[in-house]
Amino acid sequence: MNIRFTGFGGQGIVLSGVIYGWAAILDGKNAIQTQSYGSEARGGSCKCDVIIQDSYIHELEPSELDVLVAFSQPAYDTYVPTLGSGGILLVDQDLVNIEESREKTLSIPATDIAYKKMNRKIMANIIMMGYLTGKTRIISAESVEKSISSYVPAKTIDENLTAFRLGLELP
Amino acid sequence: MKFVQGDEAAAYGAIFAGCNFFAGYPITPASEVAELMSLELPKVDGYYIQMEDEIASMGAVIGSVWAGGKSMTATSGPGFSLMQENIGYACMTETPCVVVNVQRSGPSTGQATKGAQGDVMQARWGTHGDHEMIALAPNSIQETFDTLIEAFNLSEIYRNPVMVMTDGEIGHIREKLVFPDPEELEIIPRRLAEEKIDIFGGERIPPMIEFGMGSQVHVTGSTHKSNGMRDVSTQSVHDELVRRIYEKIDSNRENIVRYKTEFIDDAEYLIVSYGASSRPAYGALENLRKSGLKIGFLRLITLWPFADRIISETGKNMKKIFVPEMNLGQISREIERFVTCKVIPVSKIGGIPHTISEIETKIRSNL
Repeated sequence: MNIRFTGFGGQGIVLSGVIYGWAAILDGKNAIQTQSYGSEARGGSCKCDVIIQDSYIHELEPSELDVLVAFSQPAYDTYVPTLGSGGILLVDQDLVNIEESREKTLSIPATDIAYKKMNRKIMANIIMMGYLTGKTRIISAESVEKSISSYVPAKTIDENLTAFRLGLELP
Repeated sequence: MKFVQGDEAAAYGAIFAGCNFFAGYPITPASEVAELMSLELPKVDGYYIQMEDEIASMGAVIGSVWAGGKSMTATSGPGFSLMQENIGYACMTETPCVVVNVQRSGPSTGQATKGAQGDVMQARWGTHGDHEMIALAPNSIQETFDTLIEAFNLSEIYRNPVMVMTDGEIGHIREKLVFPDPEELEIIPRRLAEEKIDIFGGERIPPMIEFGMGSQVHVTGSTHKSNGMRDVSTQSVHDELVRRIYEKIDSNRENIVRYKTEFIDDAEYLIVSYGASSRPAYGALENLRKSGLKIGFLRLITLWPFADRIISETGKNMKKIFVPEMNLGQISREIERFVTCKVIPVSKIGGIPHTISEIETKIRSNL
């Protein structure tokens, strides 16, 4: 299972991948996480890949994606060709215009929900992670929650878990 | 258990091995080693120094060892080039220390953020003059941790610098790291002379004396007698010294060299690989075996001294040997010295690791 989180630096893209990779390990699976490493930082383009398998992982970078999460138009444009034909596309619908409709496209206004329900736009990635978990069940919600709790700053754990559950329960 | 990058695993491995001194200069993709060492060393009463460059970093590492430190540095590409002169000084003064080289795409600044395996020959012959070298190539986060402990042990046993040759791929991916029980680790302590004796001769691997132990110690990169005093004009002094430094490793090849073999018994073809490229190489092997091809696998964990014996023994039964590596054939050509069959490099450069299918396709089209 190859998952790619993409968007701009500063949207919590890398954190999403790290949380998901660790959650997969907590679920008893093997996981590798890699991230784009360039001169871009906040505001530049950003990607983070997670490979999850029951068996040992031989390939260090994913060749074809099963899941693409896009938080920006340039990220969507760049990476949608790498999504396999049966792959799942998740986008923040206010940030990405989908040019070609795919069978498995899931779009939510993650940033808008984060702003309106929590007054914290920065929670969009965690809401999206909840939605991804609820829709795909690749990783158990319990493990993702544990992973979130070990990676976000201690004083924001409750807030992040609220955001995660908000996404998890979206229809 | 932690979810960490290879660079971080290297730092943790060093701490578990008892490293108490790090001198370095940050460079992508090795900076995370320095970063974590700067956080962890103070917790074990160790010292972290950021030096003005890599030449000075290696100098500080060597100096600290003679003052009793268990020391390392970490670098990449251009930094590894700058360290070569003092790595030679460490060989000549028989100073145990560890250099982690998180290889990146060169030459020069090349693709500064991308991984490669282009420094394999530089690890062996980067510094001038006759010398032997120990270099190890882990292929996972767990093995990077374990390799650091082995590297420190080998450096103490043989009184020689040891190179840990990871790469930008292994250095930067995150994977599971399980910490061992420190009580169960075998850590080789430094062998120190109990009385004032010659520390540059007398036996093949002499014990050390450190500064401050009460004896005069003369340490020089120039040719020296067994008591450490300089003698750069007597042929036999140089011959004896350099030959001993060479042979202390060469004669222990079988004790140093580690590798893993699989599916060798019935194999007609062989894949030899190491480090990052050995992972997709093994994926390709699994697919090729499934389709009925009798192909075996040999992964080099020790790059230097070279695994001469196992290569010549397994190689003599093979029709062809395929060598996936992220350079233009550095180990591939080394293998050719020990076998008569055709050796085919499966080279990839440019900062993206091999995929399983690339290796599989290259092998299938060259059977």
